[in-house]
Amino acid sequence: MSRSVKKGPFVAKSLYKKVLDQGENAKKGMIKTYSRSSTIIPEMVGMTISVYNGKTWVPVYVTENLVGHKLGEFSPTRTYRGHAGSDKKARR
Amino acid sequence: MARIAGIDLPNKHAEIALTYIFGIGRTSAKEICVKTGVDPEKRMNDLSAEEVNELRKVIENEYKVEGRLRSETALNIKRLMDIGCYRGLRHRRGLPVNGQRTKTNARTRKGKAKTVAKKKK
Repeated sequence: MSRSVKKGPFVAKSLYKKVLDQGENAKKGMIKTYSRSSTIIPEMVGMTISVYNGKTWVPVYVTENLVGHKLGEFSPTRTYRGHAGSDKKARR
Repeated sequence: MARIAGIDLPNKHAEIALTYIFGIGRTSAKEICVKTGVDPEKRMNDLSAEEVNELRKVIENEYKVEGRLRSETALNIKRLMDIGCYRGLRHRRGLPVNGQRTKTNARTRKGKAKTVAKKKK
């Protein structure tokens, strides 16, 4: 079920504050966040946000068409490099 | 034989025959019959030319079918792949997209099972 429109998109408060701060001062610098469930809002366009995936921060450069997705969608939490023994086959 | 949206419709009840068009299922087929005033139980070959034309008009103007629908879905998937989000990655790898298990099953997405030889000791 989708979220009620009345509430507006979810963005973690701490992250939201940082985004607004950076928007005003137009200063460069990475925003680091653990909040993978935050929605990407139009204010974030053009920023690079580092999203934690449980191990490292993955930089996500936010563009126009990422708006509406969640930050976590761009920071994969699992690594899978194929099964042992399948090395011989051509890998992508 | 009636030809609508580039598809030859079989000689079945109108309601059923319409579902042979990609993008039209039972529900929209029923809707179309109501809108055009065509008896849903009339066989396709028994429809008059006007009735077929009426069907064609409604489908062309109000429904997204066949090629246009296919290209739209393909575009949506392509968008997901291009922005590099999780769902896009799953599409790229040919794995289930909506969080299903992949330890077993998931054969629709993964294709026929490829047997892997047992590891030698």
